[in-house]
Formats: sequence, C-alpha cells, structure tokens
Amino acid sequence: MDIIVLVKQVPDTTEVKLDPKTGNLIREGVESIINPDDLHALEAAVDLQETHGGKVTALSMGPPQAIDAISEALGMGVHEGILLTDKAFGGADTWATSFTLGKAIEKIEEYDLILCGRQAIDGDTAQIGPQVADYLNIPQVSYVCEIETIEEDALVAKTRLEDGFERIHCGLPALLTVIGELNTPRYPLMGRALDACKEKAPIKVWNAADIGVQTSQVGLEGSLTHVIKTFAPKFKRETEMLEGDTREMVGDLMGRLKENRLI
Amino acid sequence: MTIWIEIDLCNGCKLCMKACPYGAVELENGKAHILERCTSCGACVEACKQKAIQTDAQPRSIPDFSDRKGVWVFAEQRHGKLNRVTLELLGKARELADTLNQDVSALLLGHGVSDLGETLISYGAQKIYLVEHPTLKDYRTTAYTQVIQGLVNQFKPNVFLVGATHLGRDLAPRVSRRVGVGLTADCTELEIDPDESILLQTRPAFGGNVMATIANRYSRPQMATVRPGVMEAEERLDNKGDILKHEISLFEEDMDTRVLEVVKEKRRRVDLSEAKVIVAGGRGVGDAGGFKVLEDLAAAMGGEVAGTRVAVEEGWIPSDRQIGQTGQSVRPELYIACGISGAIQHRAGMMNARYVIAINKDPRAPIFQVADWGMVGDLHEVIPEMMAQFKAGRNE
Ligand SMILES: Cc1cc2nc3c(=O)[nH]c(=O)nc-3n(C[C@H](O)[C@H](O)[C@H](O)COP(=O)(O)OP(=O)(O)OC[C@H]3O[C@@H](n4cnc5c(N)ncnc54)[C@H](O)[C@@H]3O)c2cc1C
Ligand SMILES: Nc1ncnc2c1ncn2[C@@H]1O[C@H](COP(=O)(O)O)[C@@H](O)[C@H]1O
Repeated sequence: MDIIVLVKQVPDTTEVKLDPKTGNLIREGVESIINPDDLHALEAAVDLQETHGGKVTALSMGPPQAIDAISEALGMGVHEGILLTDKAFGGADTWATSFTLGKAIEKIEEYDLILCGRQAIDGDTAQIGPQVADYLNIPQVSYVCEIETIEEDALVAKTRLEDGFERIHCGLPALLTVIGELNTPRYPLMGRALDACKEKAPIKVWNAADIGVQTSQVGLEGSLTHVIKTFAPKFKRETEMLEGDTREMVGDLMGRLKENRLI
Repeated sequence: MTIWIEIDLCNGCKLCMKACPYGAVELENGKAHILERCTSCGACVEACKQKAIQTDAQPRSIPDFSDRKGVWVFAEQRHGKLNRVTLELLGKARELADTLNQDVSALLLGHGVSDLGETLISYGAQKIYLVEHPTLKDYRTTAYTQVIQGLVNQFKPNVFLVGATHLGRDLAPRVSRRVGVGLTADCTELEIDPDESILLQTRPAFGGNVMATIANRYSRPQMATVRPGVMEAEERLDNKGDILKHEISLFEEDMDTRVLEVVKEKRRRVDLSEAKVIVAGGRGVGDAGGFKVLEDLAAAMGGEVAGTRVAVEEGWIPSDRQIGQTGQSVRPELYIACGISGAIQHRAGMMNARYVIAINKDPRAPIFQVADWGMVGDLHEVIPEMMAQFKAGRNE
C-alpha cells in the first residue's frame, strides 16, 4: 500500500492577532506548525503502512522553511518527503495549488491512497482534497473519521455528517480527507526527526521545472481567484448603555423589548 | 512571481500596507518597502492607486463572458429533505440576480424529489433544473459532479452558489475543478461590484481575524460556497417558476463509491439557525449551574441556550451550541450575551442578530460595541431580575 500524505505548514492562527493601529496581521513570533488535520492524515498513513507494508510519502507545497514540516513528518515515520518550492508557486489559490500538487503526484506516479487533512487552519477552505482528487480523476471521501477495512482495490470508510455518519465503500486509488476524530497522532521520534535534518535525509525539493509546469500555470498567475481587499471585521452597533441599579436597568430593558415587539 | 516598488511613483499613502494580509509592506523613508515575508499574493498591486507596485506577472486579459447568464443555487437535499441553507441561498441569489437583471435557477438532483420544486419556487427560484435518477438517490460526489458539469456546460450560468455544509464543501470544489473555475469557500457576504458587474465574495480568513474580499474574474460561473445561517431566506408566495426535467444516463456499474449505510445520531447537532431568541453565556457564567439559569430564561422566552468556545471547553454546554467562527452562525431576533467578552471569533457568529443585549461587569468589554443595549453588572443578579420582570410582565 503506497500512500501519499498532503501536508501543509501553517501559522498557528490561535496566535495571529491584528495590529490595532495598522489593521495588519502580526505574524512576528507566530510559530509555524503542521496543519492540525494533517497530523491525523500522517498518523493514519504510518499506521496503515505498519500493517499493510508499502511506502509513505509526505508532499508539501510551500516556502523553503516548510521543510521543517517534512522533517517532522519523517520523524513520525514517513519514508520520504517532497517539498515543492519555487517563487513561482507563491500567491496560489486552490485552483493553482491543486494543479501543482496534482502535477507532483503524477510525477510520483505510484500510489494507492492519498490522505490529506479536511482543511487548513489558515484558509479554512477544505477545497484542496476534492480538487486534487478531481485533477487525478480518482474518487474522494471527505471527513473520514474511521477507516474500517482496506484491501487491494477498495476500502470502507466512515464519514461524519452534520447529524450522524455514513459508511462508504470506495474503489482504490482514492483520496481521503480526514478529521481529528480518526486517531491520535504520535509524537515524532527525536532521533528520526534529527536524521531528517541531516544532509542524507530522504527529502526531495522540486521546483516548477521539475514537475513540468509553466510559471503562468501556477502561483498567483495560474490562479483564477484573487484577493482584492482585506479588512478587519467590523460589526459596530449604536449601543445604548442602560443606567441605574439592576431593577431599573432591567425595567428599562423590558420597556425597550416591548417597544420593539420582541416580547 | 516577484513584486517590487517603483520608488519614484510611490507617494507613501500606505494603502498597500492596509491591503497586505501578511503585514509584509512597511514604510521606509516615506516609501513603501516589501519585506521578506511577502507571499506574492498581489493584494497590494490591486490597492495601489499610483501604480507604483509592479509585478512580473503577465497582465491577463479578461475573457468575454457576455453569454454567461443566471444565478444558480444548488438545492441540497438528503433523503428528500431540503437543507435550510438552500432557501437562504435563494434569498441572496434573488438579490444578486435582480442587480444583474438575470434569473435565479435551482439545481435539484436526486430520486423522487420533484415535490421539493414547489418549495424552491416559493423561496424565489424562477427555474428548476430537475434531474432524477436511481443512481442519484444517495449523494455521491462523482455522480453529482458529472451531472452538474453537464448542466453547467449546456446552460452556462454566471454565478453558482452552494451551501458550505458538509455536502456542499465536498461537492463544490470537485465541480469547480471539473468545469475549470475558481471557487471561494465559506463566504459570509456576497455583492455585485457596480463597475465590473462581478461577484465580490467576502469571507473570514486567519481564524476570523481578517476579512478578505475575493473576485473571480477569469472564469465562469463565479462559484462560491456560503456559510449556513448568514443569508436570509425570504418566502415569495407570488413567485412563479418552471420545473424543467433534465434527462441523463448514468450507470450503477460506473460508480466508484457506494453508500453502505447512513446512521443518524440523535441531536448530534442542534440547529440554532432558526431560533428566534438565543441566550448565550461565556466564562462569566462561572459554572454549569449558572447555565441552568440561562436555560430557564431561554425556555421562558421560547429560545435556545448557546455559548462561547470557553463555555464549551469548560464543559458547561455541548459543542453543538457554540456560536462563532468555529461554531454556528445565527441570526435570531434577539441575542442575549451574558458574561461574554466579545472576541472577534465569537462576534463572527452573532453579528447578524437583529438585536443584541450585552450583560457584562466590565464596562470596557468589546461586546458592548456590538450590542444595542448594554448593562454593566453581575449577570448573577441581572438574569434572575430579567426572569422575574419578564414573568411579571407576562402575567399582567
Ligand atoms: C481560531 C479561533 C477560533 C475561535 N472560535 C471561536 C468561536 O467559534 N466561538 C467563540 O466563542 N470563541 C472562539 N474563539 C475563542 C475566542 O477568541 C475567545 O477566547 C472566546 O470567545 C472568549 O470567551 P468568553 O467571552 O466566554 O470568555 P472571556 O473572554 O474570558 O470573557 C468573559 C467575560 O465575562 C465577564 N464576566 C465575568 N464574570 C461576570 C459576571 N459575574 N457577570 C457579568 N460578566 C462577567 C468578564 O468581564 C469578561 O468580559 C476562537 C479562537 C480562535 C483563536
Ligand atoms: N500547499 C499545500 N501543500 C500540501 N498540502 C496542502 C497544501 N494546501 C493544502 N493542502 C492539503 O489540503 C488540505 C486542505 O487544505 P485547504 O483546502 O487549504 O483547507 C490540508 O489539510 C492539506 O492536507
């Protein structure tokens, strides 16, 4: 069973704050982490490999420092890492990202299963999985919370719905997007993670030419959607502060609720 | 791609700094300067009025899309039951379509679902593309994608909206890739740009700290998934619409997935989107017992109880009652925020409430900026008093 895991390095958004003066994101001191859902994808891949054999590859597109995410994946037991990095990949929307990842997967060629996180916490789009699956023309199962059985050419997975779950039989090769409920990710082994930082580490770095794409097909230029404006969320209202002791304030409030036919 | 500044053209107006989502532009000696952390997203290029920010990206021509007409809504149903977000989307679609002077259509796929057509019409659909087939009985990604691809290619819509539900977020990206268009996820605002007549899609990013407006200039239909609970459904009983049956051929043998079983879990997720009154509590409520009091008030007023992420993490309320960025979005008539500070991620879920009451003992709590009526005080005194006066008022 050869498995490819899509791994994204993201800023720890719980730490991202807006500068009240400029309205810009403050990213200084914000740590980069492996996207939380992707840790579950890595765990599932390594776990499946331990029972079924085969090879696990972690694939990531990002800036050069995203290599840290790959090293961490190797520390968890992944066999090989591939980092797609090129100035030309910058500013990609999900259309261009899924194309770039798809091209790299075509170059890897051998795979039975692709695992990715449901969504990345920086963009929360949850689009890359399904778009990569469509690019490769393989089926997808989203929100996987359990892989019940897996054989040579098919698997049965449980997927979360808003009000329960579904059990789905899916032919292989396929792509699964996974959620936290699936498993508990192991910690990377220190020794392995350190080996992953050494020169001989099994990490490949590919640029646009390596995966055979034109710069006009990727990154900002290859994107179909563009951010035209960003702003701090504003939801101000005309606030009226009610005065007096508790009884008076509440009395005042009740009057206003009646006035506005709210009670 | 690289971005640079033509220093001579820069007038130091800082618009680019405001536009940059990454804080990667700074002012140096009165001129803009791009920092290492630039991701080449291009937001500053759009923002610069002086054309001082340049890129080596080839200027792209915008194709002629004048033959693309109509606003489409994917009618989400499971087992013959329409998801409410569909009606919300129809409400928004009508508004967009009126601005564009175009029609609203709904795509209804399934097996034995034709009777849902009337509901779609009464909420604003002017045309229904009805596709019924045994293989479409259960939702399956690739089968639905294939059918929608056929419809899009044949009828060439301009805008296509899908609910950002589990199903919608599985389907929409697949469809977007298949028909070759961009897709904006989880939008909370949609409007038509008056100059370009394109759809401006606004969504929260970076965990709700930033709002980003996204345009889809280079492909059609302009596709977006829309967050449930944000748009307003509007019943239009006088609306007239046609149901157009669309024939397809699909074969079970060709399907790559099979749904073996669907298991409903009781009340896995409470639907707060239809509650008229929501009494929400935060850390200030103090304990589960405190929530019991909020629950009583909610029950008396015919509403539901909800809370912040802190209240969920403390185990005072179940996670399906969390309001906000990572919880539900709601639009009740009345939202009563008790012991809630009003963090941005919380506000994201309740800003569409018609009226907001805030009770907090800290007069500087940000929740007061988004409230219609504020009361500075201890909620353990205020809530019982509200309960008492409410009951007394009712008995009058
Ligand atoms: C990526 C991300 C996503 C998030 N998503 C969500 C989300 O979906 N929903 C959400 O709610 N949060 C979310 N959060 C968390 C959010 O940032 C806040 O931490 C949270 O909303 C704070 O909850 P709170 O108002 O209950 O607590 P606090 O911020 O601690 O506020 C408690 C308030 O209660 C007041 N108080 C205390 N005692 C009393 C009393 N006796 N009477 C009256 N007032 C009293 C205090 O003055 C204070 O203002 C998210 C955060 C991140 C980073
Ligand atoms: N740049 C990337 N490199 C590798 N995998 C990615 C990248 N972006 C997204 N993914 C994968 O797609 C999932 C969903 O991401 P998103 O669509 O951005 O929410 C993530 O959890 C990753 O598994």
